[in-house]
Amino acid sequence: MDPINTNHSVDMRVTIGDLQLGNPVMTASGTFGYGREFASLVDLNRLGAIIVKGISQEPRPGNPPPRIIETACGMLNAIGLENVGVERFITDKLPYLQQFDTPVIVNVLGESIDDYANLAARLERVEGIAAVEVNISCPNVRKGGVAFGTDATMAAAVTSAVRQQTRLPVIVKLSPNVTDVCAIARAVEDAGADAVSLINTLLGMSIDIKTRKPRLANVVGGLSGPAIKPVALRMVWQTAKAVAIPVIGIGGIGTTEDALEFLMAGATAVQVGTANFYHPTSVMDIVDGLEQYVHEQGMASVRAVINSLQV
Amino acid sequence: MTEFQEKSTITLRETLTPEVIRLTLKAPKIAAAAKPGQFVMARTGEGLDPLLRRPFSIHRVHSDGTLAILFKIIGKGTRLMAEMNPGTALSLIGPLGKGFNLDPQGPFCMIGGGMGIAPLYFLAQTFRQSEYRENNQPVLLGSQTQAELLLLAEEFSELGYSVLTATDDGTLGHQGFVTELLDEILRKIKQVYVCGPIPMMRTVALKCRDAGIACQVSLETHMACGLGACLGCTFPATGGGYKHVCKDGPVLSADEVIWTL
Repeated sequence: MDPINTNHSVDMRVTIGDLQLGNPVMTASGTFGYGREFASLVDLNRLGAIIVKGISQEPRPGNPPPRIIETACGMLNAIGLENVGVERFITDKLPYLQQFDTPVIVNVLGESIDDYANLAARLERVEGIAAVEVNISCPNVRKGGVAFGTDATMAAAVTSAVRQQTRLPVIVKLSPNVTDVCAIARAVEDAGADAVSLINTLLGMSIDIKTRKPRLANVVGGLSGPAIKPVALRMVWQTAKAVAIPVIGIGGIGTTEDALEFLMAGATAVQVGTANFYHPTSVMDIVDGLEQYVHEQGMASVRAVINSLQV
Repeated sequence: MTEFQEKSTITLRETLTPEVIRLTLKAPKIAAAAKPGQFVMARTGEGLDPLLRRPFSIHRVHSDGTLAILFKIIGKGTRLMAEMNPGTALSLIGPLGKGFNLDPQGPFCMIGGGMGIAPLYFLAQTFRQSEYRENNQPVLLGSQTQAELLLLAEEFSELGYSVLTATDDGTLGHQGFVTELLDEILRKIKQVYVCGPIPMMRTVALKCRDAGIACQVSLETHMACGLGACLGCTFPATGGGYKHVCKDGPVLSADEVIWTL
């Protein structure tokens, strides 16, 4: 738990729109609960930002079990965005997080454009929220979610509706389950997004050959973990070339080396997801490792790593 | 509640049958904080396949800072763990979840099926040091065959419990379901503790409900984190929605969940 490296001469700051982060390592939505779940294992003050479990206007019970299944170097999930709803988030979950210096980013999800706009407007009036991440890429719900993320016009409409309701930085989380992620990224950039984050999970499935039944009750689910890293890296690289706004890299990041690859490919920051489940201290290990790398390379700041890929 | 991530070391590997393994692990922080019914998440190695930690209920705890887990080889993760020698390091997170109610308000019975016997031994150990240390409280243990039951039954007996066994093949004790042994005992007790396969726990839960006796069940599900973050380990709850086995359980009152699975 003790910080291995307390070398404060290393400049680890990055900027996402108007949002200043102490370092580029965040926790991905849906993999870190509301922060408190990890408090005895992770020093929450050491994170670049905490992105909480996706929040909807009303509480959602989520999908029937089984909801998760392990696959080779990864896992499939079909949680179905179970969450406490925005009001309980504000009264029950947010106050705990406000004792830390770490920016809190709220991931929001709706079934209609109005839902997204209402959520943005509601969160705009709450203190202690650093940014919103607009989830238009969850594959596990029937309405909303990915339906907005696979169509450039719809993605832009959601982004624009959120933009009009909030002065907070708006990050739009993109789906990899599309033909051309760059077209969606450009559409949300034009609609006023301050940043894009990608990738959300890849749609997948798994079958129990003994029962001939799908292993997930929802039949299909989202694949995450180290298995998806090369796909995520490729999409981050393509997107970073296609837009001028910052790109936040997500997908199978569990080590310092993984994070460095994403930064080199053009990501300004990264999110650690599934690794929080199997190795909860990986976020701190990555912060330490990035500091050490920047120091060893004699760089002025971690920002020198960003987009340093030599093709 | 505080959880620890501890790099434990295997101090003993016991092969109860070719498929049933008991590992004793040095994990002083977790062992000192553990309560009966709680569990640990164990990483099966440094590699990325298998990726996720595996949940194991805490089977026993010793005063030398060790704890034991008991498991059957059912897949890749448990096979890897079964092959680990003493001295091997194993990352553990624990103690996790809510354990058993330690105040049964009178005579009680423990009933375990297969690997569901694991958490009951820790409970049995704990009661010996409490006001519920009276000898000859009933413990009902069931399995497919005698091989995986012999040593465990003896260990419960040594603690002073009155052990009744049932096996599918009749090689030890009653031939048939362990739940069939419960009927005669029910009217003498106030509380049942049960852990085992879902159909078995369901049968016990319904018998207890009909008899008006409190019943605590220890549930098992797939689980990615054990910390309440992944929301993967759900069980349908009475009155709608879901219980999360890792945080609301793994021990729950039988009437808190729906037994239609």
